[in-house]
Amino acid sequence: MFSYYLRLALASMRRTPVLTALMVVALGLGIGAFMTTFTVYYLMSGDPIPHKSAVLFAVQLDNWDPNSPPTESAKDVQPQLTWQDGQNLLRADTPALRQAHMYAAGAIVVPESGEPPFDETIRATSHQFFAMFDVPFLYGGPWDLRADDDRASVAVIGRELNDKLFGGENSVGRRIRLDDNYFEIVGVIDDWQPTPRFYHVDAGGSFADTEQVFIPLLRAVDVPMGPRGNTNCWAPLDESLPTLQAFLQSECVWTQFWVELESPEQAAAYQDYLDNYAREQKAAGRFPRPLNTFISKVNEWLDVNGVVGDDNRVQLRLSFLFLLVCVLNTVGLLMAKFLGKGGEVALRRAMGASRGAVFAQNLVEVGAIGVLGGLSGVGIAWLGLRAVESLYRGYQHLVHLDPLMLTTAVSLSVAAAIAAGLYPVWRVSRLAPAGLLKTQ
Amino acid sequence: MLKMSDVGKVYRTELVETHALRDLNLHVDEGEFVAVTGPSGSGKTTFLNIAGLLESPSSGRYELDGTDVSRLNDRQRSRFRNEKVGFIFQSFNLIPDLSLADNVEVPLRYRGWSGVERRRAVGEMLDLVGLGSRQGYLPSQLSGGQQQRVAIARALAGKPRFLLADEPTGNLDSEMAAQVMALLEEINRSGTTIVMVTHDPDLAARADRNIHILDGRASDLPLGLSAKVMPLPTREAARV
Repeated sequence: MFSYYLRLALASMRRTPVLTALMVVALGLGIGAFMTTFTVYYLMSGDPIPHKSAVLFAVQLDNWDPNSPPTESAKDVQPQLTWQDGQNLLRADTPALRQAHMYAAGAIVVPESGEPPFDETIRATSHQFFAMFDVPFLYGGPWDLRADDDRASVAVIGRELNDKLFGGENSVGRRIRLDDNYFEIVGVIDDWQPTPRFYHVDAGGSFADTEQVFIPLLRAVDVPMGPRGNTNCWAPLDESLPTLQAFLQSECVWTQFWVELESPEQAAAYQDYLDNYAREQKAAGRFPRPLNTFISKVNEWLDVNGVVGDDNRVQLRLSFLFLLVCVLNTVGLLMAKFLGKGGEVALRRAMGASRGAVFAQNLVEVGAIGVLGGLSGVGIAWLGLRAVESLYRGYQHLVHLDPLMLTTAVSLSVAAAIAAGLYPVWRVSRLAPAGLLKTQ
Repeated sequence: MLKMSDVGKVYRTELVETHALRDLNLHVDEGEFVAVTGPSGSGKTTFLNIAGLLESPSSGRYELDGTDVSRLNDRQRSRFRNEKVGFIFQSFNLIPDLSLADNVEVPLRYRGWSGVERRRAVGEMLDLVGLGSRQGYLPSQLSGGQQQRVAIARALAGKPRFLLADEPTGNLDSEMAAQVMALLEEINRSGTTIVMVTHDPDLAARADRNIHILDGRASDLPLGLSAKVMPLPTREAARV
């Protein structure tokens, strides 16, 4: 009977095209607005590295001003480390499987082809960054520990930059010029865009592109390449030193530190190690505040940093309320539509249709309207996401509708239409046929 | 075939209580062609609705084909109506955007017949009413008489044993009315029981038996006695 009911539904929709169009538009607007905000929210709050997010930890140490408010949670501690703490942890024999110390820098890339130079954000990091974050390589691979220690002029570049500079060819062994320095390319990364960009959530936005150039940390300091991103200090810098040298020796926080811990036992051991490290530093006259060390898994880290803001949640709730308003409007339109076909319902009842059959027939029509509303909602959501993309820089990774989102949009629309249609469909199935047949 | 005993029907609103049928007793045998006459407001349509299981009586007992139908739930009544009763209406009641074939197959859909069975039955019925070559037409492409023939084909498609006709020629000119009446007589001769409500004494005279309903009560009339000579309804039928 489903195909029969579907055929009747299409005929019924053709019979009242304006009313049908109004319902489809009402549902489409509600679904479109909701799916726009939901898609952004869903991608914002997604797990950027699901297969490893439980074993990757961001590290926090509290070296801050003793006069600042007391610490109650990881949210109250600076999200970055000083250079000296990062280097101390990196070089120590810790229980971590892997560690990476890093910061964001910047340089001018000068193409050999004579094309105009352009600015690129550089990630200065240690060699285990790539293995720890499962970065996929198109050509070559990461540099090794020796390159880190030797402060080697090597670089890993991204696919996009490789396409731009070398036409997509295997550029391993070739050179890239950053400012006045040449770096030998040892690897080319394939497309890689964890969303949110969890390993450095405050540099250029949590949803910015991943960097296209990676170089060894100590080599970046040698160049020197200053930090690009948030830099927070609570004590004055030593003005007798060059700026970067002053930063390296300061209590300013501007570097990120991640560790890979394979098990809860390893995580507990690392936490103990951090506490001991902090105690040592206190004994040496640093870390004037109470002992506050934290390690946070990827998703905890996103929460600590408020990657999904309260305004996103408010927008999501508002768009859901708008969807409810659209559904309520659809209830009224469906009432008008179904009560208008009371004569046909009465005839079908006379021909032997039970109330259940009438209910099912009209529910299929409601579902069909829901599908059309969902499809128009997908179109409206697509337009909404394009608007988000053009209005908000850095959201380009959040504005695509994947198959799951498309399915969700249509399913939600069908569910909304059925919710809107249950009462009208029930009412029409309860109509007394006798009185309506006479007036046909 | 049809047996009503002391059947009553009362419509109530907050202010008004209307007795449409009062202690109506009626027995129709299988294969009979019964004409039901009576003035407007006498209860003919209510009788027809109860006979066709579209309404339930407020009191009394109604047996159709040996079954006390007042005990059936909606699903059972619908199935009973689908299998045993065919309806013909004054205004045809064809669904305008369905083809003739789709209109005729409506009751068969609820019978659960296969596509092959439905197509065969629809073809037979449209052939019977002389419209077999127009299965794909829409009702609006037919004359009133042709539309009523389609409605008859629809009523007969499921081979019901009991046909209820409510003023089947009321919207037709005399020539078309005669054709439809001839068709009903032919259907009755094939064994189908017909109960026909009509205002037309000439049509009533062609039935096997005439029943007159007045003030909600039924009585047999001698054949050939015109409804025109019956007394006007009293106001007792409506009580405030």
